[in-house]
Amino acid sequence: MEETDVQRELSHRQLAKCPTGIQGLDEITGGGLPRGRPTLVCGGAGCGKTLLSLEFVVRGAVTYGEPGVFMSFEETSEELAKNVASLGFDLADLEKQKLLALEFVYIERSEIEETGEYDLEGLFIRLGHAIDSVGAKRVVLDTVEALFAGFPNELILRSELRRLFRWLKDKGVTTLITGERGEGTLTRHGIEEYVSDAVLLLDHRVVDQIATRRLRFIKYRGSMHGTDEYPFLIDESGFSILPVTSLGLDHEVTSERVSTGIPRLDGMLGGQGYYRGSSLLISGTAGSGKTSLAAYFADAACRRGERCLYLAFEESQNQIIRNMRSISLDLEPWVKQGLLKFHAARSTLYGLEMHLAMIHKLTNDFQPGTVIMDPITNLPIVASHNEVKSVLMRLVDFFKNRQITVLFTNLTHSGELETTTIGVSSLMDTWLLLLSAESNGERNRLFHLLKSRGMAHSNQMREFIITDQGIDLVDVYLGPGGVFTGAARLQQEAQEKAAALAAQEELERRRRVLDRKRRIMEAQVAALQAEISAEEEELQALKDKSKLQQKIAAGERERLALARKADAPEFNEGE
Amino acid sequence: MDEPKLKELEDALKERETGHYVLRLYVAGLSRISLRAIENLKKICEENLQGRYELEVIDIYQQPVLAQGEQIIAVPTLIKQLPLPLRRFIGDLSQTEKILVGLDLRPK
Repeated sequence: MEETDVQRELSHRQLAKCPTGIQGLDEITGGGLPRGRPTLVCGGAGCGKTLLSLEFVVRGAVTYGEPGVFMSFEETSEELAKNVASLGFDLADLEKQKLLALEFVYIERSEIEETGEYDLEGLFIRLGHAIDSVGAKRVVLDTVEALFAGFPNELILRSELRRLFRWLKDKGVTTLITGERGEGTLTRHGIEEYVSDAVLLLDHRVVDQIATRRLRFIKYRGSMHGTDEYPFLIDESGFSILPVTSLGLDHEVTSERVSTGIPRLDGMLGGQGYYRGSSLLISGTAGSGKTSLAAYFADAACRRGERCLYLAFEESQNQIIRNMRSISLDLEPWVKQGLLKFHAARSTLYGLEMHLAMIHKLTNDFQPGTVIMDPITNLPIVASHNEVKSVLMRLVDFFKNRQITVLFTNLTHSGELETTTIGVSSLMDTWLLLLSAESNGERNRLFHLLKSRGMAHSNQMREFIITDQGIDLVDVYLGPGGVFTGAARLQQEAQEKAAALAAQEELERRRRVLDRKRRIMEAQVAALQAEISAEEEELQALKDKSKLQQKIAAGERERLALARKADAPEFNEGE
Repeated sequence: MDEPKLKELEDALKERETGHYVLRLYVAGLSRISLRAIENLKKICEENLQGRYELEVIDIYQQPVLAQGEQIIAVPTLIKQLPLPLRRFIGDLSQTEKILVGLDLRPK
């Protein structure tokens, strides 16, 4: 019955995993270390083996309620407790709660005399007793190879170690065994041959004077796992490992838009600004206003009530705040409200992977909605361009996965304006280019929107003006004479204004001339009409006069006819 | 050096002179090796330390805490507690000569 259950479980599931609770480690292993099996952690001196294994049992006890045994061959319980107290681990308290059993094994070679056949049953009994005393599910042996110094009979030792690992497997405890790295081998005494399930290699490498801690799974039998080297950090909260490989291009996207902080720029980006969770690049020549633009974006994010992480690689927090005040942008209140967090560090402070791990950690701690990296230009100092590109790619993926809008600034040099020094433009969703153009004895800032994926955006060049009132984008003068900016634009505009005024005046003058002409014509028409009507009046008068004369003449004729006793008028033919 | 420690040392020196031995043998159960070790040790003691030794055989299966306190890893382990200096032997105690040298019963 039980067996069929196990079989079913095996066929349906991958290897059972034991979550470590260590940031990032569970991600790259797809859930943790192989449950019930031993895992070897090897690495050079000071690479963090003890800390990793101790964190494994402590997190197991605290987070997963799985008690653990830490068997130390090198440090006493007091020393261990002291070493990890700074990480906030209270080993004494865990021991009191029966969640942890610390077992210090001391081997002094000089005191021991071999006098015949023996075995290491004492170790088994002590370990078994410790496991039973707390009901341990997790066991650490740090560093079991110390036995090789105490017992010269390797034959016995090796067979006992093989027996130990089999015994641990039978007990069903998840075990971490640490081992010092040897010359050309993983461990000094080759114990990797007994631990066949999983081997984890820690490394602390110095390249160009910059030390980076890395971690790699050499082997993880029966499970998918990340095979790359992952950088990790040891800091005040313990281990954090950064899964730096791309997590796949399947992140959620949103069509929500966020303001750039500059209304005109929002207008150019289809009227609404950037997409939330997109990657933005502001590249530009020296002094073209990249940081100012970034600061506006930070300000806009804080205004929305979003948290913003500002990673400054060239300027300190105070310097940025002071400089932004000069353009009427006060970032300090946001810092005080805890919405804006600066992290200023020279890019040369530590290696690239460390930067990545640092950013990863800061992001996890601060949970920002917006991240600004200003600038990424100096990163290639600490690594090759290819490395920088791959790191930025992982960063972009990391942020996109969390729907964090990320803004990079990048310094470019004239002559290669539309190439970024690191060749990252293809990673970017929106690319703004700032450049300062020299003409007529002055420099003016020009602004282009080179690309913006997924939105209708303006193709127009703008002049980018930084005044003590802030940033503004104004249209450049575009005319037959070319593109004018700055004073030339103003001059051109003045000239145009003058010309327009002159034309206006000419029009007015012509209108007045026409008016006058019209009035003259009207006067002439009136005069002619007056003349005509005068003549008509004269004509009428003449007509009246002649009528009267005829009348008088007729009257005269009658009188004459009367006088001549003429016929009655009806017989008169005349008239 | 304070008073009790001094006394302890004096006692120890006295013990050494009188040649009184305090021996502890840690074994894990009554295995073949355990039995052989007990047998070998008893023989050595009877032959060399007759009447001036105390031997305690401890089974760490039954008293695992003692194994922890005495830092027992390999079994059998013989600890010579007195006379000083403290000395440890591991194995089935079959190499008699080595043990006799270790117990200061034979010159090196």
